[in-house]
Order: sequence, then C-alpha cells, then structure tokens
Amino acid sequence: MTLLSVENLRVTFDTEAGRVEAVRGVSFSLGRERLGIVGESGSGKTMTGRSVLRLIRPPGRIEADRMEFDGQDLMRLSEREMRALRGPRIAMVMQDPKYSLNPVLRVGDQLMEGLRQRDRLGRAAARAKAIAALEAVQIRDPERVMDAYPHELSGGMGQRVMIAMMLIPNPDLLIADEPTSALDVTVQAEVLRILDDLVRERGMGLIFISHDLRLVARFCDRVLVMYKGRVVEELAAADLLNARHPYTQGLLNCLPRIGGDRGPLPGLDRTAPWAQEA
Amino acid sequence: MALIEIDNLSVTFTAQGRHVRAVEGVSLSVPARESYGLVGESGSGKSTILRAICGLAPVSAGTIRIGGEVLRHDKAFVRRVQMVFQDPYASLHPRHTLDRTLSEPLAIHGLGDADRRVMQALEAVGLPTSFRFRYPHQLSGGQRQRVAIARALMLEPEIVLLDEPTSALDASVQAEVLNLLSRLRDERGLTFLMVSHDLAVIDHMCDRVLVMQHGRAVEELTRDALAGAQMKTDYARSLFEASADRMMG
Repeated sequence: MTLLSVENLRVTFDTEAGRVEAVRGVSFSLGRERLGIVGESGSGKTMTGRSVLRLIRPPGRIEADRMEFDGQDLMRLSEREMRALRGPRIAMVMQDPKYSLNPVLRVGDQLMEGLRQRDRLGRAAARAKAIAALEAVQIRDPERVMDAYPHELSGGMGQRVMIAMMLIPNPDLLIADEPTSALDVTVQAEVLRILDDLVRERGMGLIFISHDLRLVARFCDRVLVMYKGRVVEELAAADLLNARHPYTQGLLNCLPRIGGDRGPLPGLDRTAPWAQEA
Repeated sequence: MALIEIDNLSVTFTAQGRHVRAVEGVSLSVPARESYGLVGESGSGKSTILRAICGLAPVSAGTIRIGGEVLRHDKAFVRRVQMVFQDPYASLHPRHTLDRTLSEPLAIHGLGDADRRVMQALEAVGLPTSFRFRYPHQLSGGQRQRVAIARALMLEPEIVLLDEPTSALDASVQAEVLNLLSRLRDERGLTFLMVSHDLAVIDHMCDRVLVMQHGRAVEELTRDALAGAQMKTDYARSLFEASADRMMG
C-alpha cells in the first residue's frame, strides 16, 4: 500500500543572487517500509524530507505535480490542516538533539507538552505516557531523564529522547534526518535497532536521510541516491554493491576500508559527463 | 628512541570542586615517521591526549617526551609539533585572509621569504594560488581543511597531531583530504598522531592504533591485528563489529 507518493517535487529559493534550485524534480513513493535518501551536502536530501512536511521557509518555495499522503494532497491542504498532520501522522527526527530540544525546559515537560495540549491528558496520565515512551526507546532510568535538562544528557540519550517524543502520537510516517550522525558507532547501532523495531511493530513508514551510503544500505529496504537536487539512482538496498550510476559507485569507492591496500583513495570525478549533465 | 613518548599520562579537569579524570594512566610511544591512531567513542579521552601534548589540557600526572626531551611549550616546540583540528569552520580565523593565516607563523618565528612560502604552501595542499586573499567563508569545507593543513605545515614540523581531520567532510572530500595527508607524510617524512572515531579511516592511515574507553587505554593493535580481527578485549571487538560495514569486500 502506498503511504506517500511524490511526483516532480521542486524546491526553489529566489535569492538576491538569483534562483537556486535545491530540489529539481524528485519523484518517489513509499509504503510501510524503510526508504533511504543518500547524498552529499547540498544534494537536496534534507530539503526533500522537509518538503513532505511543508517545512520550507520563504524565500523557499515548494512545487510538485503531486504530493499525496494517505489519500490527502499535501500541496492543497491549508496550513491548519498541515499542522494537524505534523506530529500525529508524519513526524520528523532532526540530526542533532543539541539544537532540536529546548535547552531551558526539562525533558519531561517537552515530552508532555503535546500530550497535554493536543491530547488534553491530565498531568499524571501525560507523565505515565511520556515515561512509557522513554522506556520504548530503551532508556533505563526514565524518571531521572524526565527531570533532566537536555544538556545533562549524552548525545545518544538526547537522540533517543527525540525519537521518543516523535513516537508518542504514533505517526504513520517518520522522517529521520541523519538521526545517528552525531552518535558513536555503538550507540548508533542501538538507535538503529530501536527505529527498526518501531517500523516493524507499528507498521510505520520511514524515510531515513543520511550521507552514509553503507549505513543506509545495511538499514533500509530501498535507497534513493541524490546529487544536485535530483535522484540519480534508485535501487534495492541489497543491490547497492551493483550500483550502476557513476556517482553511486564513486561514493562507495571513495571510502577507506579496514584491510584495504592504503593506496590513494579514488576521488569523485566531478568533471565527468554525468556530473556535467546533472 | 621513539619520537613521541607518553608515559602514564593523566589529565584531570577541575570545575566547581568536581574532578573529571579525562585521561588516566595512558602510555604510548611513536617512532619517527610512524602514524599512530587513537580511536574510541566520545568522552574516551582520545582528543584530550592531543590537547595535552599541545598544552591545551592540564597534565596531572605522567610525562610527555618529544625526541627524548620533556615537553616544554616554547617556540621550539611549535616548530616541531603542529595540530589540525576537527572543524575547519571553527579553526580558521574568519576575518583573516588565507595569506594572513598562513604568514602569521612565519612572522612570529622570524622566517623570511613569506611571499614564496605562502604560495608554495597553497600549491602543496592543492589550492589555486589565486585563493591567497580569500576569506574562509569563501571556501568549501574541504578547501578550508586544506588551509588548516597548510597552516600546520608552515613551520615545517616533524609531528602533526590530527584531531578527526575528516569527520566534518563528505565522503568524497574525505578521500581527497586523506590522500593529501598521505602524500605530504611521504614527501616530508612526517609523524602523525591521529584521532578518529572511524576505524576504517584509522586503518587506512595508521600503522598502529590504541583503542580507548573512559579515559583509559584498552588495547593497542597493529594494523594487521585490526584487519584480522585479532583483538583481545571485548570492547575493542565490539567497536570493530560495529564497524563491520567498513571492511574490505
């Protein structure tokens, strides 16, 4: 079943220096699966994710032939209707908990805010639900974390708090923008496992945005590779090693490997015909 | 005799009556022209060791010797030891042109011929000499890291301390910067002490690696032992297994 379908998405910024096209005609569809979007900085992957929630500030503009989520045309919804979708139906986890949690509010108050305001829960009920959410992301002492300020948490804990917060309203689609890039490898593995369980148990759709091709290949079902605002290749994660597009191949080959020969790493040839056309 | 000898080093930070032991009893030695890696998670103390060598972190016990001499942070030291920091957006002065950034160490150390040396430095790190009067904000992340490397090499040091030199960069740019570092090391006979959280980067660059956790040395591995998964401690193994997708093949 298709949860989200996007056709010919374009994100344009009209600046003093002229028009900048951050996303140039991206199309994809998503079921209840894990879709990875990979690319280097400036490839438009984050803008693509934010467009789904219509979170692009002016002077940025979103255009699309179609952007449909669960039967609703996201391009035609009013701002009020969009707000009703954001959170309960489509949620987003940002890259860095340091910048995405409110530094002057206790974690518990931030977790309970939505429950109190949106779901009109009483204090005790909201607290119980927030603690359950923290337990769901494997936080061992949720009581302490509830009373902590964000700066008192490690990066991994902060990121789990963010995920817990996004999962409280039980969204159908989770957009995770580099959710593990700020984390250590062992913590990263743990956060990925939590996301994976959630996708499986709740039947959630997941858009996983990352610059890390190997991570995405291991974690997702399908991968879109973006370069300069376009999708240059779409493939099943298992087929990544057989990628056809020179950009995907270049991204894979330029990574050092344990046990490699230590010779010069192949760079990306940005003067090749494929890069010129893009 | 090793060029860098660290014996039983401890670093303790004190703030508001609390003591944080960032590094505890770490020893290592690096012969000249070897590249030595420090790997571990955030808070393992790997960067603190580099900062202690530079005098940016308080040594509470142990000794650091460079070329057999106990460390003194004088002008002679900075001629021998230089550092490249993680974030090329933060480590260059935003209001200094590349020319000023690169010629300042020359002026401080009374080295003449600044004009030629700056041009040579830009060429050595693969930047066009036309960039000379640009500001950091006019450069990409990879170009900035090239400038940071050029700056570190202005005084022709023997030892370069590298603190996550490529972790802020895209994969293809990382490849270019790692290639640059390898080339400069071979051309100039440099000794690297390099910190990274990425085992594949460490493996690519270093002959030996010290795995650290909670401020302590866990295990030292040669490159072969790392590639062959011959680690003895559980922690080093778990780090290795979490990096399994960084393996060959």
